[in-house]
Amino acid sequence: MKQIDKKHLPFIVTVSLFLLMYIAGSIAYPNFLSIQVFINLFIDNAFLGIAAVGMTFVILSGGIDLSMGSVVALVTMLSADLLRKEVPPAVVIPLVLLAASGIGAFQGIMIQYFKVQPFIATLAGMFFARGACYLISIDTINIDNEWYRDVSMAAIELPTGDFISINVLIFLLFALFGWWLLRFTRFGRTVYAIGGSEQSAVLMGLPVNRTKVLIYTLNGFCSGLAGIVFTFYMLSGYALHCKDLHMDAIAAVVMGGTLLTGGVGSIGGSIMGVLILGTIQTIINFQGTLSSWWTRIVVGILIFAFILMQSLLNQPVRMMGKKEKTVKKAA
Amino acid sequence: MQFKTKRLQESTLFWPFMVLVLLLLINAFLTRGFFTIEWKDGRFSGILVDILNRSTYIGIIAIGLTLVISTGGIDISVGSVVAISGAIAAYLIGGELVLQGDQQILVTRTPMGVAIVAALAASLLLGMWNGLLVSRLRIQPIVATLILMVAGRGIAQLVTNGQIITIYYKPYYFIGNGTLLGIPFSIYILLAVLILVILATRRTALGLFFESIGVNRTASRYSGIQEQRIVFWSYAFCAFCAGVSGLLVSSNVKSADGNNAGDLFELDAILAVVIGGTSLNGGKFNLAGSILGAIIIQTLTTTIYSIGVPPQVNLVIKSIVVFLVSMLQSENFRALFQLNHKNKLIRSAV
Repeated sequence: MKQIDKKHLPFIVTVSLFLLMYIAGSIAYPNFLSIQVFINLFIDNAFLGIAAVGMTFVILSGGIDLSMGSVVALVTMLSADLLRKEVPPAVVIPLVLLAASGIGAFQGIMIQYFKVQPFIATLAGMFFARGACYLISIDTINIDNEWYRDVSMAAIELPTGDFISINVLIFLLFALFGWWLLRFTRFGRTVYAIGGSEQSAVLMGLPVNRTKVLIYTLNGFCSGLAGIVFTFYMLSGYALHCKDLHMDAIAAVVMGGTLLTGGVGSIGGSIMGVLILGTIQTIINFQGTLSSWWTRIVVGILIFAFILMQSLLNQPVRMMGKKEKTVKKAA
Repeated sequence: MQFKTKRLQESTLFWPFMVLVLLLLINAFLTRGFFTIEWKDGRFSGILVDILNRSTYIGIIAIGLTLVISTGGIDISVGSVVAISGAIAAYLIGGELVLQGDQQILVTRTPMGVAIVAALAASLLLGMWNGLLVSRLRIQPIVATLILMVAGRGIAQLVTNGQIITIYYKPYYFIGNGTLLGIPFSIYILLAVLILVILATRRTALGLFFESIGVNRTASRYSGIQEQRIVFWSYAFCAFCAGVSGLLVSSNVKSADGNNAGDLFELDAILAVVIGGTSLNGGKFNLAGSILGAIIIQTLTTTIYSIGVPPQVNLVIKSIVVFLVSMLQSENFRALFQLNHKNKLIRSAV
């Protein structure tokens, strides 16, 4: 029983911190505590949430992806450009998803079969996608397509009378899918196994090569989906969109309790991380006089606090393990 | 003879060097006057000099980063440190035009020496913070430095108050623009740092300590290496190098921009180190290679600008070069083309 508590502690702390910040915001600002403000967290961060789901898989397997923001920008650019050329959305959406997944798969092959460091392989992907954006256009391309506008404007009414956007639905469904994939499938278990120790996973006879390429393909797909959601959100394509998305996603995943060495973490934690980032942003917006760079400083401090907590949590566990071993030896 | 070429190929510097030669060859055909170096206004000028001058920004960082990476670590906060260092120097120098009699005289907020020392001290302090997190608190390097990477730009903007500070104080320009004996001053700084570090690592056992920690931290500690102290100071030194680079950049562009100064420097510097043959897994390092890497990156950038390709393509070409270099360094990729050779080896082994 105690073991389970330890395992879930980082997640519980993440949730508590989110609640704490939300309550603090509610006390400080009268309009903060409304369902719409809470829902806006999801509306404004749907794309980040989807990206964080993909990033969770990559980081769990012990890798990292720097290309996410660029691929999202490329997807917005491609969509906007294709729609401008009167290509129907039914063709555009599968096409951009395919392109994004393709970039992911390519990186995965580089990493797994040619043993290129994930950091370097995805760095190449980052440069490539960002450069490809500029090749399409240097300027913002607005989207006039009616279907895109309809989806973007569509508001689904909740019983409470508040509204959510279609993006929120996509985000929630996808997060659920990610959670299921990680928790209940063979693929998900293999991801954890690879993150724990790749060598052991190979020796156990797990399909490490295939899984790793799939992880990066899935991650590319997530970038693609995040890009589509972001296109709905902004209704434009621009090469400078999402410049720091990969860093935000990594920050969210770390705050959610996933270890960057791999093997430990959860989708739920990452989603909470995204909500915390969103809450910081909302509080700073409500405050009004704080400059935007305070967001960065606060996020930095929070990441530090989380990591400190994790390392403190981990140490007693390690010591206990040692003790048990010595006891066993003595016996 | 065959044996010799084989050994040459196995040298870590062979492939990066070939890439540089290839880049220079492309330039020889496409850019007129690429190799001309003129003596103008008491200084050497030419595209090659410019490339060397500009590659010092990444080069100096790459030296510090090489040491960090050799211990199996990484530092992704160097770009932010570049911004902070430049911001502090620019803020402290400040400078207002004050009327003194008939003449307008520029008055600095603090003497230039103090500003420089303060900027470098701040960088060192930030590096010590990184080092503390990695060596004592045992936080994974990439996460530990992620904190400063995220928060650092905020801090830099805090110092500059979100503005771009322009520096009007002329003597400060010397660091990034001045020349000594006709050669850009920044190259002397780079060489000084490089020689110092090479002497310290290759003439003493220090270099071996770095590599040993990179291979196995625990084993190194048990064999009596003060692993925590070495890791700690490698991060401090790396940030110090980034601070120096920050001074060079801010002096060269005569301003400090908290948001954009040193943007993507961390990636370029890591790339330079990797191109130079230092493995991101740690355990071996090649300082000359890292400088070579920095020069390759700058040559590439300059090439793209000078052959008149639209600058937007820059990133695409850069990605292709990263791809090619990492592939050339991948043994599995080379094995694809050396199947016969491999088969022979296997047969002889059997």
